[in-house]
Amino acid sequence: MTALAKARTGSAGLDLVLRFRALGLVVALAVLVGVTTALNPRFLSAQSVRDLLFAAAVTLLLACGMTVVVLTRGIDLSVGSVLGLSAYVTGSALSATGMGTALALGLGLAVGAACGALNGVIVYFGRVPPLVATLGTLYVLRGVVYFIAGGTRINASDLPRGFLDFGSGHVLGVPYLFAVSVLVLAAVGVFLGRYRAGRDLYALGSNPEAARLAGVPAGRRLMTAYVLSGALAGLGGVLYAARFGTVDASAGYGMELDVVAAVVVGGVAIFGGAGTALGAGLGALLLTVIDNALPVLRIDQFWQQAIVGALILAAIALDRLVSVRAARALRTKGSHVR
Amino acid sequence: MPALEPDPAPAAAPPPVPAVSLRGVAKSFGAVRALRGADLDLYPGEAHALVGENGAGKSTLIKILAGLYRPDAGAVELDGEPVAFADTAAAMDAGIAVIYQEPALFGDLSVAENLFIGRQPKGRFGLIDRAAMNRDAAALFARLGVPMDPDRPAKGLSIADQQLVEIAKAISRSARVMVMDEPTAALSGVEVERLFGVVRALREDGAAVLFISHRFDEVEALCQRVTVMRDGAHVSTDLLADVAVEELVRRMVGRDLGAMFPKQDVAAGEVVLEVEGLTREGLCRDVSFTVRAGEIVALAGLVGAGRSEVVQAVFGIGPRDAGRVKVDGRELPAGSPRAAMRAGVALVPEDRRQQGLLLDLSIMRNATITRRHRLSRFGFLIGGAERRAAADWSARLNVKFGDLADAAGTLSGGNQQKVVLAKWLATGPKVLIVDEPTRGIDVGTKAEVHRLLSSLAADGVAVLMVSSELLEVLGMADRVLVMREGRIAGELGRDEATEESVMVLATGAA
Repeated sequence: MTALAKARTGSAGLDLVLRFRALGLVVALAVLVGVTTALNPRFLSAQSVRDLLFAAAVTLLLACGMTVVVLTRGIDLSVGSVLGLSAYVTGSALSATGMGTALALGLGLAVGAACGALNGVIVYFGRVPPLVATLGTLYVLRGVVYFIAGGTRINASDLPRGFLDFGSGHVLGVPYLFAVSVLVLAAVGVFLGRYRAGRDLYALGSNPEAARLAGVPAGRRLMTAYVLSGALAGLGGVLYAARFGTVDASAGYGMELDVVAAVVVGGVAIFGGAGTALGAGLGALLLTVIDNALPVLRIDQFWQQAIVGALILAAIALDRLVSVRAARALRTKGSHVR
Repeated sequence: MPALEPDPAPAAAPPPVPAVSLRGVAKSFGAVRALRGADLDLYPGEAHALVGENGAGKSTLIKILAGLYRPDAGAVELDGEPVAFADTAAAMDAGIAVIYQEPALFGDLSVAENLFIGRQPKGRFGLIDRAAMNRDAAALFARLGVPMDPDRPAKGLSIADQQLVEIAKAISRSARVMVMDEPTAALSGVEVERLFGVVRALREDGAAVLFISHRFDEVEALCQRVTVMRDGAHVSTDLLADVAVEELVRRMVGRDLGAMFPKQDVAAGEVVLEVEGLTREGLCRDVSFTVRAGEIVALAGLVGAGRSEVVQAVFGIGPRDAGRVKVDGRELPAGSPRAAMRAGVALVPEDRRQQGLLLDLSIMRNATITRRHRLSRFGFLIGGAERRAAADWSARLNVKFGDLADAAGTLSGGNQQKVVLAKWLATGPKVLIVDEPTRGIDVGTKAEVHRLLSSLAADGVAVLMVSSELLEVLGMADRVLVMREGRIAGELGRDEATEESVMVLATGAA
């Protein structure tokens, strides 16, 4: 029993892939960057890397929140709309009051957290499946943004200088925005991996019935997950406003799918219970690099979508393969009396 | 299974205060009265058996102890003090642990995390101290005397190992009352012995154990006292030494039960099912046998000997690597349950919840699904025909249900099994394969299933039965094929088959 205890799938190769899933993503990233740079050395110039990190910052941030929700067998499709709402609300507040950047970040977090709480209440207390609940809030919140914004938009000239500097500034070649996202990633990673509340989220996603029997406070944990996802989407809205300077009612439109794609490619099990924030972050980075590398490689835009789709299918196929192999390994092991 | 020795521990005079006691507990679900006056005293240091037919209220009683249900009336006392558990966490904090038949673990988390979820040891900054957690887990398993790697994921553990994880969890919560709901239903003999060793040690340390089982040999091997329940109420509590099994069975069913194994003698007819050299890599090897019309042939052996795999391969589930299966002399193609069904083979699978029933569909749909083509006109299922067929079979098998439109998942285990049987009998099979036909169902229903199998054989059906229950094998089978490690280790006629002769073949002991 102990000899077999470590082998999950009955195949050393697959075990390796599984254990070093994050490593696999890093290798994929390295290969992609390497090939692209070989063909066009300017791909790795300081300016181009900075652009890439700018582009990745918001997706990465939202992927952290999405990971937390997906781990509980949920999904949060409303993140694009929450981002739009937060971007417009904080943008308006900034242009009206000229408040400081820190306050704006706090406001965005609060707007997002409120939206997340709404999702959590619908999912947990309303017993509505997360897919449907957040699909509903996706439309409702987008409607609210259109209602508030009407046809108007916020321009860079309306925003305080300091805020725009925060959006475009960087330290040692790393944009502030990206640094914020990485800090959040690290915090979420530690929360999920090393705190009881974080482990409870895995437990809920792995076996909800067992979680109930074990006395895991499901309501509180699910609320935490949705509020966290909402809050990070709200924070993403502020970063979005800071980066682009202009915000209209369509900010963040359709973004939820990019975020879900990043999370799935990053190895977070869509049926909950398994995955890491680091993986999701790497997934977000990989998708952004693909996005930026393909034009450099002169590959048609159409292929970019197809490649992302293929990556998602490959990620899910890998999970399936692993679980089928694990089941088979168990069967052969169990077929003879120990 | 190795013969279970009676527990030699003397039934000492119980201390005055029970660890847990239930007084006149009642619980209803809508119009159904699941419990109507259940009494139970559980003393520290005793293993107490709770027996009763399915539907007698055992599960409801357990769920009240677990804090999942609250009683409508009556009192639950802990060390003489009345308590009311708000939820499962409250019951666990009070020292009550429930080990379910199929443990509910978190497959994605490590064994150690499964033990300590929600109360992992914390180090600096409130971070979980993984090293300490794994150390504590290893210490627990060492105390139980079973080796287990605390860092491996719970996914892939055998049911026996999962139960040990649950027991370790209970110990780590310093549970004083351990409730075990049919823990041995899915275990092999060796695993049962290991489990009993652990339970005996716990009992000697002063824990109170409530043991629910349908197997009287196990009850006698482990427990000192036994409580019988019927129809939601307490019937009797006795020292096991003072009461005979027949008497317990009589109290459980509330009437004199005819023979448990009403096997009729039937002259075997033509060979109907013929299996030659059946091989599936890693599962079974070179298995050959025949079953004649009117015969009941049992496949015996330890869990994991490959019995279920053989009957599944016969029915065409999964590929076969070599071998032939013939029905009435005509060969069946591999991997096609459809062809097997057309040839008149029916398989009642081992796991009725997973493989036998569509739990969310109505009883009616479940009972008629194998015949939906024959019941349809111009491709449409006519409701009336389906309903009539389902009602007919439910009546013939004495299925107890509220409404044919209720979901099959709402039935008790025994009645679910009858619906599965109805579904297959309705196809009028020539060969009926039953895999663990009476697992987890009560004594009364068991006898009904046995009677049914016997009368089917008398009608000329060839019956192939897989069973882990030795008494069932010996009581029902005309011939016993004993499997060991994927091969047929030997064949015994009805006169030669005894507990010893079957076990010798099954374990390979000389």
